[in-house]
Amino acid sequence: MADRADGQAGPGSAQAGQASRKRSSPTRDGLVLGLAVGTSGLAFGAAAVSSGLSVPQACALSLLAYTGASQFALIGAVAAGGGLLAGCASAILLGSRNTLYGLRLAGLLQVRGPARLLTALGVTDESTALALAQPGAAQARMGFRATFGSLYITWNLATAAGAIGAGRLGSPQSLGLDVVAPAAFLALIWPRLRSGAAERGVGLLGAAMALAATPFCPPGVPVILAASAALAGALAAPKGGSP
Amino acid sequence: MTGTWIAVLATAAGCYALKLAGLTVPQRLLGHPVTRRFAELVPVALLAALAVAETFADGHALRADPARLAGMGAAVAALLARAPFLVVIVAAAGTAAALRALGVS
Repeated sequence: MADRADGQAGPGSAQAGQASRKRSSPTRDGLVLGLAVGTSGLAFGAAAVSSGLSVPQACALSLLAYTGASQFALIGAVAAGGGLLAGCASAILLGSRNTLYGLRLAGLLQVRGPARLLTALGVTDESTALALAQPGAAQARMGFRATFGSLYITWNLATAAGAIGAGRLGSPQSLGLDVVAPAAFLALIWPRLRSGAAERGVGLLGAAMALAATPFCPPGVPVILAASAALAGALAAPKGGSP
Repeated sequence: MTGTWIAVLATAAGCYALKLAGLTVPQRLLGHPVTRRFAELVPVALLAALAVAETFADGHALRADPARLAGMGAAVAALLARAPFLVVIVAAAGTAAALRALGVS
């Protein structure tokens, strides 16, 4: 939930770098990442209830949708006083990011049969970023599983705690939790930004597109538009780059 | 309330279906160099976009929250110093929280 439509964090936001931490284990990094990002579920749970969702509804979203940006997009629509159809549409549009991640992960994780159904639930910004930061397929699988398990449990417990305790918690912002997700995203792509000019170009272009589109698009859409930066990068240098 | 439940469950179903679709697409579609390169670059583009959007966007407005910017600055400094992941996160959140505690908004 890393994608938060409104700047909160959630499942779907980070990765670790192979270059910067030679002694890191993918399992440990995944557990740490899940714990760190999952706590932003507090913010989601609290925001969901103050938007008008019930505690079971807030928990159902985290358990079943399990993708932060989409969840924040939906409660944003509820808070704005309805527009449930538009809220659903923008939430699902935001989720299309995970399809693109799945394309990349499928070859790496090599899951088949029923295992694929569970693996699919775990596809988020964070698990993708951590898996793709690993030097090999075995480490990628370990990192994906650790991130999924840790983040899923933490995000859902935090959602419930935030929903039940809404109003009694300190503000997430006073704890700096609003910076956790963007910092995690940056840390996760850092090794790829260091590794090649094409990656840096695509990252900068994607970031610039998202900023430029923000005033004109519903929250969340600018990030999806940024995917076209990857298309531009692929067409410019189809053979280049890292594996 | 019923309408909200429908929206919650429809969002959950749609988001899950999109995740599953990505894992299910035949791998031969990734055989083409441009497709493969696109799939490799997508996370870089989206995560970079998310990082700046969550740093600067406030609904439709672009806003520079000083504490948040300082937190991101601390993250960049930690990354440049090759700090471990957790140190990067703690530096970012801790910087923002400390500045807010001091009254920087």
